[in-house]
Amino acid sequence: MLYNVLIDPFVQMGAAPDLFVQTIWEGLVAGVLYALIALGFVLIFKASGVFNFAQGMMVVFAALTLVGLHEKGVPAWIAVLLTLGVMAILAIAVERIVLRPLVNQPDIILFMATFGLTFIIIGLGEFIFGGEPKQMIATELGLPQGTMRFDILGGKVIIQKIDVAAAVIASLMIAALALFFQYTRIGRALRAVADSHKAALSVGISLNQIWAIVWFAAGIVALITGIMWGARSDVSFALQVIALKALPVLILGGFTSIPGAIVGGLIIGIGEKLAEFYWGPLVGGGIENWVAYVIALVFLMVRPQGLFGDKIIERI
Amino acid sequence: MVQNSTISPGDTLLKVDHVSLRFGGVKAITDVSFDIRKGEIRAIIGPNGAGKTSMLNVINGFYHPQDGTITYKGATRAKMKPYVAASQGIARTFQNVALFKGMSTLDNIMVGRTLKMKSSFFWQIFRHGPAMTEEIAHRRMVEEIIDFLEIEHIRKVPVGKLPYGLQKRVELGRALAMEPELLLLDEPMAGMNLEEKEDMCRFILDVKEQYGTTIALIEHDMGVVMDLSDRVVVLEYGRKIADGTPDEVKANQAVIDAYLGVAH
Repeated sequence: MLYNVLIDPFVQMGAAPDLFVQTIWEGLVAGVLYALIALGFVLIFKASGVFNFAQGMMVVFAALTLVGLHEKGVPAWIAVLLTLGVMAILAIAVERIVLRPLVNQPDIILFMATFGLTFIIIGLGEFIFGGEPKQMIATELGLPQGTMRFDILGGKVIIQKIDVAAAVIASLMIAALALFFQYTRIGRALRAVADSHKAALSVGISLNQIWAIVWFAAGIVALITGIMWGARSDVSFALQVIALKALPVLILGGFTSIPGAIVGGLIIGIGEKLAEFYWGPLVGGGIENWVAYVIALVFLMVRPQGLFGDKIIERI
Repeated sequence: MVQNSTISPGDTLLKVDHVSLRFGGVKAITDVSFDIRKGEIRAIIGPNGAGKTSMLNVINGFYHPQDGTITYKGATRAKMKPYVAASQGIARTFQNVALFKGMSTLDNIMVGRTLKMKSSFFWQIFRHGPAMTEEIAHRRMVEEIIDFLEIEHIRKVPVGKLPYGLQKRVELGRALAMEPELLLLDEPMAGMNLEEKEDMCRFILDVKEQYGTTIALIEHDMGVVMDLSDRVVVLEYGRKIADGTPDEVKANQAVIDAYLGVAH
């Protein structure tokens, strides 16, 4: 038994290195997408302290809007621009209608408000675009399709081109966000708000404006996530369940850290694929769905602030 | 760095008129009136809990008083939003230092320039064209402030790591970066040693001399208050008990009673 758990999986990894590489790659791809979803959570949590339960739904809504517009005959790239516009309107509406009246309320109330927001967006999405799953317009957007085969380590590794594209686009977007946060006036203002509301107000930063910008940024991230997830499976409301995988990612990475979201996403992605492939057969498979939460639980016991999160030390 | 203003030195810059502020049943400020003249250093003193910080919060719009009005640069209003106060030239520092802890000294002071920077969101995203030119111009201005406050050596250090005295100085720098007409300082010397206090006094006087900035400050160190300020207003339990030059205030019986207690 101990041999089966502790040693045999590693023997297998060594015996078929091509399969091992394939598994790592699959994990990496899933990890990038988890990281993208977690990034949307982190952006909003950092600037406003709100845990946005609706982030998963925003991903679905963005993807639905894009596909829906295209179905109505709008060219693909114009549909992308229009969808960005819709996400901007959503951000401004959320700030005006949800956040502003609830300013200074306890966190749990804001959390419940985003919970309600989720159902409003679901209803809105179903009302406008219908409830059936849709195909993502991957070809129209010029995303590559098909597979690449590599002969390495005495075997074959198969890589989907769309996955490579997803990884590249995600990396570019994260780099762009990092530059924006680090070097521009608005980026600085965003970081300032995240550090101290009081001080940010005193230098004349408008919290309302910053919140709208942050929700819009989270909307852009949601759209890109939606395109990438949608291209791998299809665009349906079931996607928002996958978005809950962002929770263990956030626990791992820390709720306030962008690098944390990325590293956490990759660890969870790779971890669950490896666990499924090598340890899954021991219990009859299907552990992919819960192993992420186990990793998160272990982390909570050892390092509750996450890998990169702010450690909370209070003087008493 | 000097602001264009129609108000000449000696005229009233800010007038607080019969202001009262309550939190539920707690009266923080009761019917307080005083004025701040252009170019002066105005001290607000009083025992703990006298309503001094509440007064600053009313002036820069964090709190909205239930009664009374505030007249700033000739415009009278019952309440002010922090954003409006900041954009009209009111800057402040905080009693227990409110800095952006994760950011460097330079970035902290750059944030003070936020309202002076105008380039659009579009250029900001690409970090090009007008946004870049602007960034460079403002950076120069910030370097000037850093020189002025003698904090060149900590330019790149995250402020959370700095000792308290230097944090206070960075906070002053951020307020100065707003090119304020009225600077509100909430206990600028609290928790400092003698040397740091002397430095801070020097900076405050220099700000007044070089930039003609009007300063309102709260301070507990009476030596500092008497040396620095042109006029002093004294609060106790939310009410004004004295107002005048340092010498007048020192001789005022109500002030002596408030600070030393009265024999019963």
